[in-house]
Amino acid sequence: MRMTNEEYKKLYEGLAPPSPSYKNIPFAFLIGGGICALAQWIKNLWLGGGFAESDAASLTSSTMVFIGVALTALGLFGKIARVAGAGTLVPITGFANSVAAPAMEFKTEGVIMGTCVKMFSIAGPVLVFGISASVVYGLFLYFVG
Amino acid sequence: MEYLNAFLCGGIICALSQVLIDRTKLTPARILTSYVVLGVFLTAIGVYQPIVDWGGCGATTPLFGFGYAMAKGVETAVEQYGLLGAFTGGMTATAGGISAAVFFSLLGALFFHSHSRD
Repeated sequence: MRMTNEEYKKLYEGLAPPSPSYKNIPFAFLIGGGICALAQWIKNLWLGGGFAESDAASLTSSTMVFIGVALTALGLFGKIARVAGAGTLVPITGFANSVAAPAMEFKTEGVIMGTCVKMFSIAGPVLVFGISASVVYGLFLYFVG
Repeated sequence: MEYLNAFLCGGIICALSQVLIDRTKLTPARILTSYVVLGVFLTAIGVYQPIVDWGGCGATTPLFGFGYAMAKGVETAVEQYGLLGAFTGGMTATAGGISAAVFFSLLGALFFHSHSRD
C-alpha cells in the first residue's frame, strides 16, 4: 500500500508537464485568469441569491471545488491542465483535482486504503501547514495582538 | 471592471506560478502548500487584503485565497471566542471548500473510473 516515488510522480506529472515557458506562461495567464473571472461570476450569482458576503465567498469556493472534481471525474481536467499548467493548478480547482484524482486512481486498492488514504496525498500537507499557520497566527493575535 | 480585475489578478498569479514551476524543481504539492502558508502570512502582515480589494475572486480563488480565508477566519474567531478561536477560526472559514473536496471526490471515486492515464 505504500506509495513509491514513481507512483507519486505519476500523480502530479499530469498537472505540470515539461514544455517550453514561452507557451506555458500565456496559457497559464489566460486559463488561470479565466477561472478566476468565472469564480467572480459565480460569486455574484450567490450574492444575487441573497447570501451575505462571507457566505457567498464560501459557497463560491465549494462551487469551484465541485467544478474541479467534476472535470476530474469526466477526465477533462488532465487535458486542460496539460495546456494550462499553473493556470489550473494554482486556483482552488487544482486543490480539488489533487483530492479527486488520487481518490479515483487508487480505488482499486479499496475504499479505505485506496480512495480515503490517497485523497490526502497532496491535500494532506496543504491542510497540515495551512491549519498550523492559522493556529500560529491565532495564538499570536491572542497573546500579542 | 470587476471581472477584468479578477481575470488580470488571477492571470498574473498563475503566470508567475508557471515561471516558478518552469524555473525551479518545486513540485505542485510544495507549491500548493507554500501558497496556503504564504496566504496566511501575507494576510497577517496586511499585504493581501489590498490585493483582494482590487482583484476580488482573482485573489481569493488561487490557493493564496485559501490562506487568506484561514487568516480572516482566525481574526474573527479570536475576537469572538478568544483562545479557542485560534484553533477553530482557520478550519471554520475553509470548511465549505474542504468538505466539498472530500465529499465530491468520494462520490467521484465511487461512480467514475480514473482517467489519469488517458
